[in-house]
Amino acid sequence: MTNTQVPAVRPRAATPAADVSRPSPLRTRGTRLLAALFLAPTVVGIVVFTVVPIVGSVVLSLFHWNVIDSPSFAGMANYREVFTDATVRVSFLNTLVFMVFAVAAQLLIALALALTLNGRMPGWLRSVFRSAFFFPLVLSAASISVVMKYLFNQDFGVVNWLIGLVGISPVPWLTSEHAALATVIIVYVWQQFGFSFLLFIGGLNNIPKEVHEAASLDGATGLRKHLHVTLPLLSPTLLVATVVGVINALQVFEQPYVLTNGGPGDSTRTVVMVIYETAFEQLRFGEASAVGVLLFVLIMAVTALQFRLSRRFVHYQ
Amino acid sequence: MSQATLSLSRARYSLGPWARITALAVCALLTLGPVIWTVSTSLRTPAQSFDLPPKIIPTHPTAEAYRGVFSQIDVWLLALNSTLVTALIAVGQMITAGLAGYAFARLEFRFKKPLFGLVLATMMVPLQVTIVPVFLVLKSMGLTDTLLGLIIPAFPTAFGTFLMRQYFLGMPRDLGEAAMLDGAGPWRIFRSVYAPLATPGLAIVGVLAFNYHWNEFFRPLILETSGQNYTLPLGLVSLQGNLGTGSISVVLAGVVLSMIPAVAVFAVGQRPLREGITSAGVNR
Repeated sequence: MTNTQVPAVRPRAATPAADVSRPSPLRTRGTRLLAALFLAPTVVGIVVFTVVPIVGSVVLSLFHWNVIDSPSFAGMANYREVFTDATVRVSFLNTLVFMVFAVAAQLLIALALALTLNGRMPGWLRSVFRSAFFFPLVLSAASISVVMKYLFNQDFGVVNWLIGLVGISPVPWLTSEHAALATVIIVYVWQQFGFSFLLFIGGLNNIPKEVHEAASLDGATGLRKHLHVTLPLLSPTLLVATVVGVINALQVFEQPYVLTNGGPGDSTRTVVMVIYETAFEQLRFGEASAVGVLLFVLIMAVTALQFRLSRRFVHYQ
Repeated sequence: MSQATLSLSRARYSLGPWARITALAVCALLTLGPVIWTVSTSLRTPAQSFDLPPKIIPTHPTAEAYRGVFSQIDVWLLALNSTLVTALIAVGQMITAGLAGYAFARLEFRFKKPLFGLVLATMMVPLQVTIVPVFLVLKSMGLTDTLLGLIIPAFPTAFGTFLMRQYFLGMPRDLGEAAMLDGAGPWRIFRSVYAPLATPGLAIVGVLAFNYHWNEFFRPLILETSGQNYTLPLGLVSLQGNLGTGSISVVLAGVVLSMIPAVAVFAVGQRPLREGITSAGVNR
């Protein structure tokens, strides 16, 4: 208690301008103890359940292990096996195709809706629409996929009945190798576009009104105004939406697991499904870890690439 | 003057307001359509649930499907498990994130920067990538196939910590300094000055945690092997598997029941939920 008096004088000596690095009045032994106590749950938890598992994944990927027998060193054998395995390869391909189309669709739909909603309309109507578009986000991806499985059923699904009204013959949404991945993408985008939509709404609100007014006075209108004024100003938000959208899409699991269980054939099998099946159905923990490490590397690489490319396209005010 | 020019250009070039509102209404209907269908079909008898065209307002609403779902799976047990897991994680995350966020924002100690860097870096690590070692860690602790195995690893939250740090940084420093001049120690300053101001930030952390973990499927699927530890999404997916396509309305009744708390949070906590999602959304 007594030594709190001493540092209390210090901030008065420091100039307020040097704010960030100025010695805080709270630099005492009691403070350090408090900090240790406050940080312990988070730091210990993160070390045990994230840092150790990352290292563990890399180590495990170098071993053959089925949990029952003791692990045996495998070197790069798991990686060689995984690289030549047809199912693993197709799962990476599926996941990449899924990512490209799902993220593109999600961003385009969200952007179009956000821009449309940004026009003039009564405030209550705006909040009704906003709530509607983000509602699917609060539902469980697994349960909603159960619902979608019925809606997209070839024989009694509502979707085929609806398109039948305009004379389109029934589509085997979930049972044909050509259509299944597209259906998984539709279901995923239906649930996820609200996330990018909310980001865009926030981003649009941050654009100062004067910018639009100035652009309008200069004769920019409609699409042209959006293309040359709104989009560049929105580009930091676009970057965040793309990066997070890509990271999430690369981890897709619930929708293909419930809708198609990876089929027909391997046409909707994703990387995370392969991790799940290899580890927890086939008990090949080494191979599953190798796939996990590869997915992690892929996610990091794609994210780094986006930030690199963004330097050319993103415009900070 | 500029107002006039503005409205003139709008009227001439942008989509008319009615066209815009109609387009948005159609999109909103497409978005909510599956949910509306789910609710209305759950109120029909299993035999009628295949009827096309689907009737939005059921002609003879019946709770038969709801009775069916209660007799076929132990809804109460699933709901209890889901509630326990979700509530404990939400409270736990508010505590861990509140404390760590405050330490990073307002306390001085060694290794602050590298520790915060570590927390931030783990935000990038997807759960799916580390699930195998996480499973083995939990197995060595004897926590697989227990609810605690779902709860404890979810306590630390990198995103929540980041969010609470930002929140505490936004509070004026003078408050704490004034309290200190009055003789308050570091704990008192936290407890009496800053913590009471943190409620809106903690609400964001709590609502996000609720939304995410109530709907969570991947971890329960891997960790919980016996039916008595299933959570609602897991129970519903297995119910659907058991029934095949036999009685849609029973499965949908289960889906509707499991949606109720999520919808309630959506209705009450939409603002913190929106803020949480937009402030990073990395949590999903």
